[in-house]
Amino acid sequence: MNARLHVIRLTGAASLQDAGRRGFLRYGLSASGPMDPLAHAAANRLVGNGPGAAAIELGLAGARLRVEGGAVRLALAGAPSVLRLDGEIIAGHRSFVVREGSELEIERPREGVFASLAAGGGFAVPPVMGSRSLHQRAALGGLDGQPLREGDRLPLAPFPPGGAAEQALDPVPLEREAPIRVVLGPQDDLFSEAGLATFLSQDFTVSNRADRMGYQLDGPEIAHGPGGFNIVSDATVAGSVQVPGSGRPIVLLADRQTTGGYPKIATVISADLRRIAQRRPGERLRFAPVDLETATRLARAQGALLAGLAARLRPVAGVAERLMSANLAGEAVDALRAGD
Amino acid sequence: MTRDPPRLLPCGDTAFTIEFGTRIDAGANARVLALDAALAERGWPGLLETVPTYRSLTVHLDPLRADPAELGRAVLALAAEALAPVPSRRLWRIPVVYGGDFGIDLEAVAAHHGLAPEAVIERHSAPEYRVAMIGFLPGYAYLEGLDPGLALSRRPSPRPLTPAGTVSIGGAQALVASIAAPSGWHLLGRTPEKTFVPGREPVFLLQPGDRVLFVPTPPERWDVLAAAAEAGEPVAELCEA
Repeated sequence: MNARLHVIRLTGAASLQDAGRRGFLRYGLSASGPMDPLAHAAANRLVGNGPGAAAIELGLAGARLRVEGGAVRLALAGAPSVLRLDGEIIAGHRSFVVREGSELEIERPREGVFASLAAGGGFAVPPVMGSRSLHQRAALGGLDGQPLREGDRLPLAPFPPGGAAEQALDPVPLEREAPIRVVLGPQDDLFSEAGLATFLSQDFTVSNRADRMGYQLDGPEIAHGPGGFNIVSDATVAGSVQVPGSGRPIVLLADRQTTGGYPKIATVISADLRRIAQRRPGERLRFAPVDLETATRLARAQGALLAGLAARLRPVAGVAERLMSANLAGEAVDALRAGD
Repeated sequence: MTRDPPRLLPCGDTAFTIEFGTRIDAGANARVLALDAALAERGWPGLLETVPTYRSLTVHLDPLRADPAELGRAVLALAAEALAPVPSRRLWRIPVVYGGDFGIDLEAVAAHHGLAPEAVIERHSAPEYRVAMIGFLPGYAYLEGLDPGLALSRRPSPRPLTPAGTVSIGGAQALVASIAAPSGWHLLGRTPEKTFVPGREPVFLLQPGDRVLFVPTPPERWDVLAAAAEAGEPVAELCEA
């Protein structure tokens, strides 16, 4: 029997996500997939996986996990969290081996929202319609169509034998200060000039109604034009900023409804989806318009960054780090002192 | 017949929408489906998925493999051509149990229009509908063809949960729901048929462009049909022409 990851304790949201379930938008099923694709790909690359392998996505979550039935190589990337392996603090954005019976504690992140925990070889759950991503509303994918819960035992793929070196990556910045860039449309013409000015110049705050489906924002009301706020439903995309009658915008994200009947004033550019996803309830944000050419250039830059992750891996070389990876951090410090 | 020129609406760097109209209109929907079919036949590097709706087609693309502005202009040019309409070959006869616990708003809808509940059932099950859009949640089929005399704006506040299989109306739209979800629409009945079953082949029963007839079904038949649907047997009848 393969090793398993036993969820001893879990606070917050957690689910399995891979690169997403493509091809079913015309049937009303959104793609799911990671809220921060760079963090997801980085975690996978650190443990030697392809960038789109299934990983655990933690959303403002803390967890205690025990490895049972074998060893596994793990890595956490994204929102920075304190990690403890059997009580000893270890660094994030690097890989480490967890032996059978050991426990990994992940604290709720200090900043940001989403972190991805990847396992070498991936998780051995069957894909549903081509993907292991959980789509919670459709009760599809993940572990039996459900988010992770305490008591779950996630089956792991066989741990590749051999002693590959542990790897580290520089964290990808969350960039939580700069404005969220949007391309106006598809229905910006259904808003008044004042409404557009409000949207592009005022501060908004991520509300508590924020999940993988979308983030509702608090702040000034965005005024519609004389045509009102109902349209005949049309398709949404990841990043659609829809404005219902309340005037309070909702940014639609990975698990969104695929169509909607409210006008969409703008679309968050694909490169900034991870940046808005990493803003917590209560955090402020602003929108800034860019043209389609700029949005395309930024999408390609992010694509290049994602494709280049594997080349930027660096073996963990230092004595202290190497010993830390073997969970002997205390001895390592002593060894370094002894070498003075 | 005059035809408005289609419009290209930007949806960020990963999609754009070709809009043929702003209202529910059989002509606009036919043009949507014709463009959808033309794109499927032709293919385009970097074009990932298309989503037909009542009045527009949204094209999803990979901005690493296609230039969104360029692809948008090319698809707009194609949309402006007189594309051959796509015949809808598939006709579904979908059993519906109306009223009572199956359609808790039937009487209210009837009262609003000054009709007997039986007359609402008759008018709702008379037309041949067309699946104009599948959206919101997986397998939710939005139909075009509702008797305008039944149209009724949505409830002021949505219900937190409506059952799987709900057959309802909202504004000028008619809907067959797949899974349980919140809804502000008026619930006329329910079908035991499952339009979305992961693991079944096909996963999604209905496709955009399919034709649909509702077959009023006595409540006594519900248990038998629901058990059959649960066992994976089709309870809607498919006629291909």
